[in-house]
Amino acid sequence: MLRINGLTVSHGAIRALDSVSFSVEQGGLTAVIGSNGAGKTTLMRTLSGLKSADSGSATWNDHNLLHGKPEHHVRQGISHVSEGKSVIPQLTVEENLDLGALWRRNPSEAKASKAEVFELFPRLEERRAQQADTLSGGERQMLAISRAYMARPQLLLLDEPSLGLAPLVIEQIFQSIRHIVDSMGVTVVLVEQNAMGALKIADFGVVLNLGKIAVSGAASDLIADPAVRTAYLGF
Amino acid sequence: MLKKHPLITFIIFGFILFLISNRLDELIVYHGATVGIYVIAIASLILLTGYSGQVSLGHGALLAIGGYAAVLARIHYNAPVWLTFVVAVLATAVGGALLGMAAARLSGPYLAGTTLALAIGLPSIANQFSVFGGEQGLSFDIGFPPASLGEDFTQYKWYFWISWSAALIAMYWLRYVLHSRYGRSWRAVRSNDVAAELAGIHVGRNKVLAFTISAGLAGLAGALLGMTISLVSPGVFPLLLSFSLATGAVLAGVTTLGGVMIGAVILVAIPEIALAIANRYGGSETIITNLPGLLVSGLLILTVLLVPNGPVEQMHARRAKHAKSGKASHSPVELTVRVGSKTWSTKK
Amino acid sequence: MSQFLDMFLIGISAASIYSLMAISMVLVWRSTRVVNFAQAGMALLSAYIGYELVSRTGNFWIALPLAMILGAAFSAFIEFFLMRTLLKNSSQGPIAAIAPIIATLGLLGVIHAVLGFIWGHGDVQLEAPLSKVGYTVGDTTLFIAPMGLFVIGFVIALLFVVTILFQKTNIGLALRASAYAPEIAQLSGVRVSGIRTLGWAIAGAAGAAAGILQTVNGTGAINPDSLEFSLLLVFGFIAAVIGGLESLPGAVLGALILGLVLAFVQIYISGTLVFIVAFLLLLALLILRPQGFLGSKVGRRA
Repeated sequence: MLRINGLTVSHGAIRALDSVSFSVEQGGLTAVIGSNGAGKTTLMRTLSGLKSADSGSATWNDHNLLHGKPEHHVRQGISHVSEGKSVIPQLTVEENLDLGALWRRNPSEAKASKAEVFELFPRLEERRAQQADTLSGGERQMLAISRAYMARPQLLLLDEPSLGLAPLVIEQIFQSIRHIVDSMGVTVVLVEQNAMGALKIADFGVVLNLGKIAVSGAASDLIADPAVRTAYLGF
Repeated sequence: MLKKHPLITFIIFGFILFLISNRLDELIVYHGATVGIYVIAIASLILLTGYSGQVSLGHGALLAIGGYAAVLARIHYNAPVWLTFVVAVLATAVGGALLGMAAARLSGPYLAGTTLALAIGLPSIANQFSVFGGEQGLSFDIGFPPASLGEDFTQYKWYFWISWSAALIAMYWLRYVLHSRYGRSWRAVRSNDVAAELAGIHVGRNKVLAFTISAGLAGLAGALLGMTISLVSPGVFPLLLSFSLATGAVLAGVTTLGGVMIGAVILVAIPEIALAIANRYGGSETIITNLPGLLVSGLLILTVLLVPNGPVEQMHARRAKHAKSGKASHSPVELTVRVGSKTWSTKK
Repeated sequence: MSQFLDMFLIGISAASIYSLMAISMVLVWRSTRVVNFAQAGMALLSAYIGYELVSRTGNFWIALPLAMILGAAFSAFIEFFLMRTLLKNSSQGPIAAIAPIIATLGLLGVIHAVLGFIWGHGDVQLEAPLSKVGYTVGDTTLFIAPMGLFVIGFVIALLFVVTILFQKTNIGLALRASAYAPEIAQLSGVRVSGIRTLGWAIAGAAGAAAGILQTVNGTGAINPDSLEFSLLLVFGFIAAVIGGLESLPGAVLGALILGLVLAFVQIYISGTLVFIVAFLLLLALLILRPQGFLGSKVGRRA
């Protein structure tokens, strides 16, 4: 279970997150939505150890997320796909995937993860020897998610996977994320500006506004709530 | 005082210096002359690095150009002393402008490498053409001080007067330039060249101009250095000179001209301290030759590690923090440019 | 014809040493975004270490790998104690861009002074383990001798090992990923700071080999004030810049181009012009093709 309590984070003089508290049950998909500058990316970067917090706490089961470097958290089962197609363009598709499992000691398990990834995204298997910069935007996003999946995470933090993609591709990516949650037992926290799309596949929703939690609840309730619709979903 | 009446301050400072020079013994006067030269050289480096954001690891090479230009003008055209300095400034400024045109297109490490290469390769260039006098170099004789200054006016005092007059004029002029719109443009370029460019500052031209002025000053320092040693040769401008100038600039604080005296005095003091230490341990030759280099370089590393912005700036910052203004007294020009959702700002 | 062959052989053997130097600069640049101007000082230190090891063990073939290991350890030590502190303390303000450059310059000065303290300013002699008398074919004596042949062969072997290490192993994947995108590497579980130190260590080993091979392939004399070593720094830098500063094959290509051009100048024009030509080549390259021949488009433009 992911527990966030009173989390406060600043960029210099600007307070990006102001005592944010919420928790996420094991095995669900939680969508964190909000407009530009609401603090979504800061939240993700803090949880994965890239950014340090001013105060508050964040734990995944017994593991303290506010202490230690990102590489440490990855080894504890928390993977983060950062904003904007987080793949390394100079490496091949397969090297990007291998990178995700480098720290795993057991090569046969890593191989099994790679097989699962190829089953989920057959396109990546076709292009395994190609350099990542030859991929389309959607394929890069698939690769980024797969790279994180190669670390066999329990908690997967996804930052704006739909950014800059065509609607059809977004649909496909979102379905794959749902699949990862349902059949692979991974807990996912999904940060999105595409609020409607994210809430449709999510179990729970958290709406961030200017660094604070505005509303939270079951995703279906949020979609149904007229106040939320007008204020945050834009219709 | 300095802020309101800079000219008067400089004149008074100069007058005090010249009064002092009458009271001190010869060796100290000689070192005093060298301090004046280092003030010019370090100011030239600070102008380049601190104000226009370009790094030169081979400033010694620019000093050498000035030295050779001055001595050649003296030997071949029998130019009067003051004219040799003018020639040195102009020749080095032209060289600096050429180098600056290349430099303006380069960022940090590339420029650093190029200037370092120049300083390393300088001896081989000097040895290549007989006009430079090879390894032995050319002797630089400015003649005796004018008789009107009196019987007991020594050669070293003459050097002191010349160096410090040059240093005071150079610093006064530099202060003026840095407070002009060029100075402001340089600081804007240093902070964020994209923002500066979008605000209509011609970045490339400004960088070349800064390099040119810096080179001119370095050339002046080089000619003066040749004068005090009475010799211009590759050995007068060794790689260690470039290192020393970098150290002096870092010690002075590369972002402000305020500390140049500190840097210059330390540079002159280091060989003396080394000599004193060596004498304590029986005047060992090894210590005398190696300790100055060790002190210069060790100091360089320690300064960038511990007080990266220089001790003077550090003090300013601490005082400013103390006064809760939260800003160092040298606040740079602030500039913010927005295009669409992107923002470039020179603010920290 | 034999003069042309000589030019080619001189060029190749010089290029092999430049390429080691260039590779060590590229590796350091890729891992910490610092151009290590102390690289020549470190190579010179390794030459002295090699000299000490040879005089203790009496065996060059043991001394060479041992000196490379020590060079790697020293380089890693510098990264761990100097560079990490530096990047932590001066990561902001106008000094951030120049602090690492200044620090490596200071390191060069310190190494130079320490060498002077320990070994003095006279020459010490590191004898070549193999003959330096050129092979004869018919009645012409070629430029290339067993020693030179060994240098070329050894460098090719090292390049082969480095290529395998970088392209085929997990460590190599981590090294490349950390160089291209440190944050993504971190998020993938790579211990990036350790990998950085490793990058410096490999660079140190390559630099040590360059220092020793340069000495035994030349006159064998080692001196703290050696111009030869300062020029090795300049030529290594130029070779790395020709290749774009990011790319290992680029560094080797740059070394080959530089070695052949300089050999041409040396044989057909004048030996004393070598530096000037190299410097002009650097300037021309930086102005005309700032990204190098194999470099990426973004990078060194100010």
